[in-house]
Amino acid sequence: MINYNRSNQMSNEESLMLLDIQKLQFAIYDLALYLDTHPNDPVALYKHKAYTDQLMQLRDAYESRFGIMSVMGHESGDTWRYINSPWPWER
Amino acid sequence: MNNRMFIYEKKLQYPVRVSGKDVRMAQAVLNQYGGSDGEMSASMNYLTQRFSMPLNETKGLLTDIGTEELGHMEMVATLFKKLIEGATKDELVAAGLGGYYSNHETCPFLLDASGVPWTSTYTQAKGDPVADLYNDMAAEQKARATYEGLIVLTDDPLVKDTLRWLREREIVHFQRFGEGLRLVEEYSSNKRYY
Repeated sequence: MINYNRSNQMSNEESLMLLDIQKLQFAIYDLALYLDTHPNDPVALYKHKAYTDQLMQLRDAYESRFGIMSVMGHESGDTWRYINSPWPWER
Repeated sequence: MNNRMFIYEKKLQYPVRVSGKDVRMAQAVLNQYGGSDGEMSASMNYLTQRFSMPLNETKGLLTDIGTEELGHMEMVATLFKKLIEGATKDELVAAGLGGYYSNHETCPFLLDASGVPWTSTYTQAKGDPVADLYNDMAAEQKARATYEGLIVLTDDPLVKDTLRWLREREIVHFQRFGEGLRLVEEYSSNKRYY
């Protein structure tokens, strides 16, 4: 798998975990747009539930190790890692 | 967590990579930032129009696509920054961005590639759901066409990759708006029987 997030400012492990989250979130977002105009589609709903369950796990794993992604996340460390480099335009 | 407002997540929707500087390309990319058919216009179109939508489906669709376009704005700004970062004075002047640099250094600013500032006249919120959705479908086609122009302009395969991904999203948005339009037109024609 190509690591599209590879950068000097982020460990390989963090960048690969982030890539998994990006891919999953994209699938969820695209499903959400479809569900906006097809709110009763059972297959799409099922997929959305399955993917969002998976996302919760991936996000928890990422955030506990590397800090929260949004200010609504649960910061379990003892500093506000949210502001740490790299920011998305620096990666 | 339940949010009833915009929340920022600290990552790009899709990665933005460049092989190296390209100041001329940075200037061209501004068209998708502050240009007439760029991501700012798209986002503001949809986020304003949603208030006058009669159907929950189209309220959701305009909210969610409008939000995605804000994320695309961030991707375009990142692309601009990566293409211009570290440019020498001579490179900036040769690309015609000497004036831009004196005003904004290498910070993205809401102009198009010709230096024309962004304006809300690039957007439309007629308050008429059918007019607005037809407008949005046209907007997505114009955005797609602009991305195609940018893809031709660059030789960098990494830049092409990000631009192609953004172009694909415009096509998907076009299809979704088409579905929204169909729903609104059905709703409008049903109303006339009362």
